[in-house]
Amino acid sequence: MYKNKSIIITTILFVLLASFVFVGNSVLAQDRLILATTTSTENSGLLDELIPPFEEKFNTRVDVVSVGTGKAISLAENGDADIILVHARDAENAFVEDGYGVNRRDVMYNDFIILGPPADPAGINGMEDAGEAFVKIAENESDFVSRGDDSGTNKKELSIWSGAGIEPAGSWYIETGQGMGASLNVANEKQAYILADRGTYLAYKADIDLEILVEGDPKLFNPYGIIPVNPAVHTHVNYQMAMAFVGYITSQQGQKIINEYTAYGEVLFNPSAIKPENIK
Amino acid sequence: MEYIIEALKGAFNLIVTLDPEVKTVVGTSLHLSLTSTFIAAVIGTPIGILITKVDFRGKHFLNTILNTLLSLPTVVLGLLVFSFISRRGILGEWGMLFTMRGIIIGQVLLILPIIIALVRNAIHDVDEKMYRTAISLGATGTQQFRLLLSEARYGIIGALVTGFGRVIGEVGVSMMLGGNIKGYTRTITTAIAMETNKGRFSFGMALGIILLTISFIINYIIYYFQSGEIR
Repeated sequence: MYKNKSIIITTILFVLLASFVFVGNSVLAQDRLILATTTSTENSGLLDELIPPFEEKFNTRVDVVSVGTGKAISLAENGDADIILVHARDAENAFVEDGYGVNRRDVMYNDFIILGPPADPAGINGMEDAGEAFVKIAENESDFVSRGDDSGTNKKELSIWSGAGIEPAGSWYIETGQGMGASLNVANEKQAYILADRGTYLAYKADIDLEILVEGDPKLFNPYGIIPVNPAVHTHVNYQMAMAFVGYITSQQGQKIINEYTAYGEVLFNPSAIKPENIK
Repeated sequence: MEYIIEALKGAFNLIVTLDPEVKTVVGTSLHLSLTSTFIAAVIGTPIGILITKVDFRGKHFLNTILNTLLSLPTVVLGLLVFSFISRRGILGEWGMLFTMRGIIIGQVLLILPIIIALVRNAIHDVDEKMYRTAISLGATGTQQFRLLLSEARYGIIGALVTGFGRVIGEVGVSMMLGGNIKGYTRTITTAIAMETNKGRFSFGMALGIILLTISFIINYIIYYFQSGEIR
């Protein structure tokens, strides 16, 4: 008797399992654009405002894969993304020069800030030159947290060190190899200095005990560019939709959404394809 | 500490309000884990039985390999599959990276060794005398197979449950092969990783509580059926 029951139950379970295998793949039919971008862009919430109008207008689906800038570029070089939205100008230029990307456009910018403990052991509070601030941190051997993950933020940090003529090394220089959020937590626990993008800092502000010590240096300027993958190199990419997205994000409509987007009560990105005063 | 209280409240709110994003994420996770477990079960169970019941050269070596694969980190497996299904890889033309199919391939490969090894152990534990008696009474191949299945069913169900638990809780494969794409390949675990990275700890923890609740319900159902059968 109990054996019959067990056979029935097993059959029911298997039918249930099997039904899961064959449902839910209908979404594949739609046109698809794979956008590789940085974690800071996606975490800011901007894309949730920016993408739905585009999807509706062009009856397509934009799949956002958010990774560090370095990884986003390598995905595009492999042909695993159709378009990238990143922030590391030198790497972007190399990407285009090597023939992987075409038709790069400026989209928007924000800025990096140097955070540190309120006690400020290296005494950099209010300095105007980010390079000089880094020199003081290094001379004082105060703890400094680096992303160390080849992201746009990490590339910017390294360019400031090399600009200041310093090769950071030693027990005070802590490489986490993790994202911005995780690295901010490490810096907070160790009460260390860190270079961060403003958006992520604002998201974490309430939970961490670090303050903005240096800001406003032109070196801390953080421009974002958009680049479709070259269809001559990767024949399968959705180039037409990628160009439509470039058109959209640099249009009045797209730039207006960027200009008006706020989070935590502050403006996070400034449009750069169209000057704010020309946005209608 | 306050995270945990906030998370409990958050999880409760997300469940009672049937938050649409949470619903999608939970649906994706269930769909992926059940599909992967089903496919791995269909492939793995017969292999587990064959490995135990059929003698062949290199059996010990195969078993050692199998046991080694049990400690395969998800990230390593993710990387391996990534290199195959990336556009630069051998299977690149199929465009499976950042799709459900990509994740399923990775998850099936992840739990196949687990299911094979546990089924092997379950079959191994079946009373040898009874099996021999059945053969001596002239049981056909199909009858032998059915006898084994029915005698080892608790062990086999245990293998599937373990496999399911492994895939629904893993993050490496889903993140690397699925890309955590909103509304498509975002699972409970990749959403937890992302929310934590954003600084929304309580939301991440709330999702964790939901995951454990789902797992609890599934395990409870299975345990209920099993214990109901015990004489």
